[in-house]
Amino acid sequence: MERQQKPALQSFFEQREVQKWLVIITFTLVPIALLVTFTYLPFVKMVEFSFFKMKYLGPRTFIGLKNYQDVFSRTDTKAALVNSFYYMGAGVIQLTLALYFATILSFKVRMGNFFKAALFFPYLVCGIAMGFIFRYFYTRGLVLDSVLSLIGFDKAELPYWLKERAINNYSIAATSIWRYMGQSMVLFIGAIQSISPEFYEAAEIDGATKIQQFRYIIFPMLKPIVTLNIMLMVKGSFSAFEGPYVITNGMNGTATFVVLMHQLAHEAGKVGLASAMAIVLLFIILVGTILQKVLYNLLFGEKAGERA
Amino acid sequence: MKNKALNPLRLATYATLVLGAFVSLLPLVTVLLASFKDVKEFGISGALDLPKSWLYLQNYATAWTKAKMPLAFWNTALILFFTLIGSVITGTMVAYIINRFSFKGRDLVKGAFLVANLIPGVTMQVSTYQIMTTLGLVNSIPGIVILYTGTDIIAIYIFLQFFDSIPRSLDEAAYIDGASYFTIFFRILFPLVKPATVTVLILKGVSVYKEYYLANLYLQSKTRYVTISTSLYTFTGEYGNQYNYICAGVMITIIPILIAFLFLQRYIYNGIARGAVKE
Repeated sequence: MERQQKPALQSFFEQREVQKWLVIITFTLVPIALLVTFTYLPFVKMVEFSFFKMKYLGPRTFIGLKNYQDVFSRTDTKAALVNSFYYMGAGVIQLTLALYFATILSFKVRMGNFFKAALFFPYLVCGIAMGFIFRYFYTRGLVLDSVLSLIGFDKAELPYWLKERAINNYSIAATSIWRYMGQSMVLFIGAIQSISPEFYEAAEIDGATKIQQFRYIIFPMLKPIVTLNIMLMVKGSFSAFEGPYVITNGMNGTATFVVLMHQLAHEAGKVGLASAMAIVLLFIILVGTILQKVLYNLLFGEKAGERA
Repeated sequence: MKNKALNPLRLATYATLVLGAFVSLLPLVTVLLASFKDVKEFGISGALDLPKSWLYLQNYATAWTKAKMPLAFWNTALILFFTLIGSVITGTMVAYIINRFSFKGRDLVKGAFLVANLIPGVTMQVSTYQIMTTLGLVNSIPGIVILYTGTDIIAIYIFLQFFDSIPRSLDEAAYIDGASYFTIFFRILFPLVKPATVTVLILKGVSVYKEYYLANLYLQSKTRYVTISTSLYTFTGEYGNQYNYICAGVMITIIPILIAFLFLQRYIYNGIARGAVKE
């Protein structure tokens, strides 16, 4: 840059409007580029892929809506969609237990910190470690079988927890309770602690029991966050993935929608079909989210809905 | 508080807590027991039996070398370090712009980030895989760091909420005193959002440490780019049923996070309570 231009240039950069745009652009350029590259571009590509019969490499053929028809007619995709309901059931149990333990642990309890830590810690165990932990846990004659035989079950009559189709989806869905209950519990404890203690003190003076305090103070205050978590749980069960992926790799009928999608794309080379599945899943989640907003606003009014 | 006598209700409450903690810890404790047994002992003893010696560490030594743990720890540390820095920097910058400036396209930018949060990352990998391949980001530590940073919307949420609680008059006063927007951000606001930064570090740190799917998909060379969460992968093949080694390996991945948890308990709980709503 030439010397005599500097003052003009300097005053240009000192203008507030210019400074503003300068900071806006330098601060958002990279994050927006990343957002587009790893979220929106993949989305557009996936919509495109879903109309083709294709692999990652090599030629592809346009087949219109055939992939979408397949998503709703293939037995494996339908079975995977049905498997979501095991995780929904597990989610209900998870949230109920979380609410129960959160309530207890919000009051003074002997060794409360220990119980809280013990219930929460599984959330921190990494994915594949969890896979091995439960393969070991459910193996014939090992952990679960030993515990059950201690309390009187006949070892020979116990099922193969991960192989038998009548039971294996329950076994895996149960591990998601083990892993995520503590997270929900900590979340609920946070919400309960944000309730002003004056409410309990007043209730205590009026002679309310702990159960009455839960019924009339805690539960109404927690309703919004519980509802929000139910919605998230429903969404989460359609996209359940890590448990079945690391424990059984979707074998013996345990594949969930996302596990199957992964296998079709990365192992079977059916990228088009997998993309169509992803679009269907995103559509389900989108509808779920809209329903959630509507329901939330109906239940708790506009103001509470803003945070959701 | 008065010390009430143990009435039946209280007793039942404790019983459920003990049962809950038992179920929660049983899978972990039994893995710990198995990790101290040699092949022979593992074969003949029950899964609930205590090991003969708590000092039998051969399984740990074997798992440590077979699963390339030193390299895994190093790679995980690198990935964590750069991802955390990246997440905090991009998160605070975007939140600052969205929260403090009104400009054409602001709602679009905000909406674009918030809508992205609805999409489960796992589902996007069908096509992200192709993009990562095209960009040459497969089998590269910078590649996975960029992916982890670039798909981190939760940090923006947390920082947005926090910026909201810092009065704008602060920025305005500094601006009148001649500070540039960059100075205001780096010198004044960035230090003030420290609590939110801690939350983001915890949430992101935990999720990157645990994350298995992306690490496995994009760091395919298990000899060079193994991480703690993918290190155990080696046991799926030849060691498939040798649980004494596997259990030692599992314990090696659990110990660091257990130590972190014991020291940072309060921060972790706070982080989860603040961040998990939006997951």
